[in-house]
Amino acid sequence: MRRYLLRKLLIYILTFFIAATLDWVLPRLVPGNPIQQLLAKIELQPGTYNATYKLYMHSFGFDRPWWDQYLSFWKALFHGNLGISIYDFPKPVTSVIADYVLFTLALLIPAILLAYYAGNKVGAMAARRKSLDNTVLPVGYLLTATAYPWLALLLAFLLAAGGIGHFFPISGGFAYGLLPNWDWAFVWSLMTHWFLPFLTLFLVAFGGWAIGMRNLIIYELESDYTHYLEALGAPSRLVRKYAYRNAMLPQLTGLALQLGVIVGGAIVTEVTFAYPGLGYLIFQAVGNDDYFLLQGIFLFIIVGVLAANFIVDIVYVIVDPRTRVGISGA
Amino acid sequence: MGLKVDQLRICYRTLRGDVTAVDDVTFDIADGEIMGLAGESGCGKSTLGNSLIRMDVRMRQLGGRVELDGAELPISDARAMRDYRFKVVSIIPQYAMSALNPTRRVGKMVSELLRSRGFDYKSALPEFERRVKLVGLDADILKRYPIELSGGMKQRVVMIVSTLLNPSLLIADEITSALDVSTQRAVGEMLLEFRDRNFVKTTMVITHDLSILAQVADTILIMYAGKLAEKARTDVVIGSPLHPYTQLLISSLPEVGVRHDEHTLVGIPGRPPPLLNPPSGCRFRDRCPFAFDRCAADPPFVEVQPGHSVACWLHADGVSPAGGAEQC
Repeated sequence: MRRYLLRKLLIYILTFFIAATLDWVLPRLVPGNPIQQLLAKIELQPGTYNATYKLYMHSFGFDRPWWDQYLSFWKALFHGNLGISIYDFPKPVTSVIADYVLFTLALLIPAILLAYYAGNKVGAMAARRKSLDNTVLPVGYLLTATAYPWLALLLAFLLAAGGIGHFFPISGGFAYGLLPNWDWAFVWSLMTHWFLPFLTLFLVAFGGWAIGMRNLIIYELESDYTHYLEALGAPSRLVRKYAYRNAMLPQLTGLALQLGVIVGGAIVTEVTFAYPGLGYLIFQAVGNDDYFLLQGIFLFIIVGVLAANFIVDIVYVIVDPRTRVGISGA
Repeated sequence: MGLKVDQLRICYRTLRGDVTAVDDVTFDIADGEIMGLAGESGCGKSTLGNSLIRMDVRMRQLGGRVELDGAELPISDARAMRDYRFKVVSIIPQYAMSALNPTRRVGKMVSELLRSRGFDYKSALPEFERRVKLVGLDADILKRYPIELSGGMKQRVVMIVSTLLNPSLLIADEITSALDVSTQRAVGEMLLEFRDRNFVKTTMVITHDLSILAQVADTILIMYAGKLAEKARTDVVIGSPLHPYTQLLISSLPEVGVRHDEHTLVGIPGRPPPLLNPPSGCRFRDRCPFAFDRCAADPPFVEVQPGHSVACWLHADGVSPAGGAEQC
C-alpha cells in the first residue's frame, strides 16, 4: 500500500514538472510580450519609449537567456513567488488569484459533486424504468454533447435576457452597486449571479454521468453474478445494490478523467457570463500577454486537478478490492 | 415423490418466430436420484434446466406441468417462483467461475443473500463453514474476494452456496466443462457426497460429457433437438443403448485400452436440424444410418423395457404412427 502510494506520488510529481514546464513555455510562444502591453497603457514622452522598454525588460529579467529565466521561474516557485501581474500591475500574481479563486471554487465544486451524484442516481433509475429511460437517454445525450458557451448563451437568453423571463442577472459576480460585505443583499446578489454559470456546468456534466451510469447498470444487470443472485431468488433490491456499487467503479475513473474537461468548461462559461473567476482572469491575462498571471492560474489549475485525481486514486483503492489485491501482490 | 415433468414445452420468443427448445418432454427423477441430462449444444438441455428455476424474458411455457414433492411448481410465474428458488429448487450455473460478485467478500455476499431471503446468517454460519471444510477448503475463504480464489475453488464455493438450504431439486448445469479431468472427478464426487448427506434430494446434472455421467448419474436422459431420445439406467445407456443417436454418441467416446490409430474414432456426421420450423418426423432422420420410411412420422417416446424408454421407430413395435406434434 505504501509502495503503491509512493509510486503514484512520484508519477504525480513528474506530471507536475512537465505541466509546469509547458506552462512556462507556452505563454512565451505567443507573439508580442508583456512589456509592450504594459507600455501601451502608459503615455510616454516621445523618444523615451526605447529606453523605458529596455529598463522594464531588464527589471522583469526578459533580457536574460531563456534557460536563466526558466531556472529563476523554478527558484521563485519554490519560494511561493509567482511574479507580478501585468494586467493588474503592480499587484503580485498570488493576490490577484486570491481575489478570483473563490468564485471559481464556488462554481466548480458544487457543480462537479452535484452533477456526479444526481447523474448517477438518475442514470440508475433510468436503467430499470423504461418510461424514464425514454426521456433520460435523449436528454442526456443532448446535454453531454452541448458546448458549454452555447448552453450558457441559451440559458442567459431564456432566463436572464427575457426569453422566458428576467429571473437572473446576465453577467458579473455580484451587482455593481454593492460592496463586498457579508450582508443579506450582497449574499443574495452573489447567489443569483452564481446560479446560471453553475447550472451550465451542472447540466452538461449531469447528462454525461446519467448516460454513463445507465449503460453501466444495464451491463451489470446482464452479468453472471446478477443472474446467479436472481436464480437464487434474491430480491431486486439486493441485485440493484450490487449493480450500482459495481457500476460506480468505472464512473469514479470517469470522474478523474473528466475533472480537466470540467475545469476547461468552467473557463469558457465564466467568460460567457463575465463571472469573476479564474476562467475570466485567464481571458484577461491572455489579452494582456501576462506571462506571470497565466502561469500562476495554470499552476493553480494543474495542482487542483492533480490533487483531485490523487484523491480519486485513493478512494478507488478503498472501494475496489481488486486494486487492493493488485497492490499487495496477493 | 421427487420431480415429475409432464409434456413440458418451452419456447423462445425470437424476432423470426418461436423456437421450441424443449418439446413435449416427460420424465421423472426419484428422491435421492441423480439424473444426467446429455446431448449436443443447442439440444435444449440447459433450457430445460433453466426453465425449472428461472425462465428469462424470452422464454415461454407452452404447455405441460412440473411437479416437485407432490405439489405443482409454478415455473412460468416468476413472482411465485422466487419463493422456491434457493430454498426448494437451486442451481449450480454454467458460469460458476463468474457467479460471485467480484467486489464482495464471499462470506459477506452469502450473508446478504441469506438475509434478503429471510434467513439468519449467524445461525447458518456453522453449517456453512462445516461444508466449506467438507469440500476441502479453508474456512478463511469466507473473508476473501472471489479474485483471490482459483477457478476450482470458486466452483466449489458456488456448489456449497447453491446447496446451503438443502433444496429438493438441484440443477447442475455444465459444472465440469471448464475444469481439468482430476478436478472434474472431485466435483463429481462432491455431487455424490451432497446426495448421500441429504444436502439435496434430487439432482439433475446437465452436461455434454457422458464420461462424468458414467461416474455420478443413476439414470441418463438423452435429448436431441429439443426432444427426448432415450432414458435408462446409466449402465444401460452406456452399455446397451437402443436409440441410434445414443449409440453414435457413445461410440464417439474414446475407450480405455483401444488404440485409436487402429480404430479411428468416428463422430456423427451432419448437424442437428434448426429448431425454428423443425422438419416433421424423427428429428434425427437426416443423420441416422438406420432411417426408413416410418421415420417420416414423429416417433413416440415409449417404455420398451422397465425403466428404459426410447423414441425410435426401430423399437416401437405395435405403436402406430400418430399425427405430428401440434405447432408451437
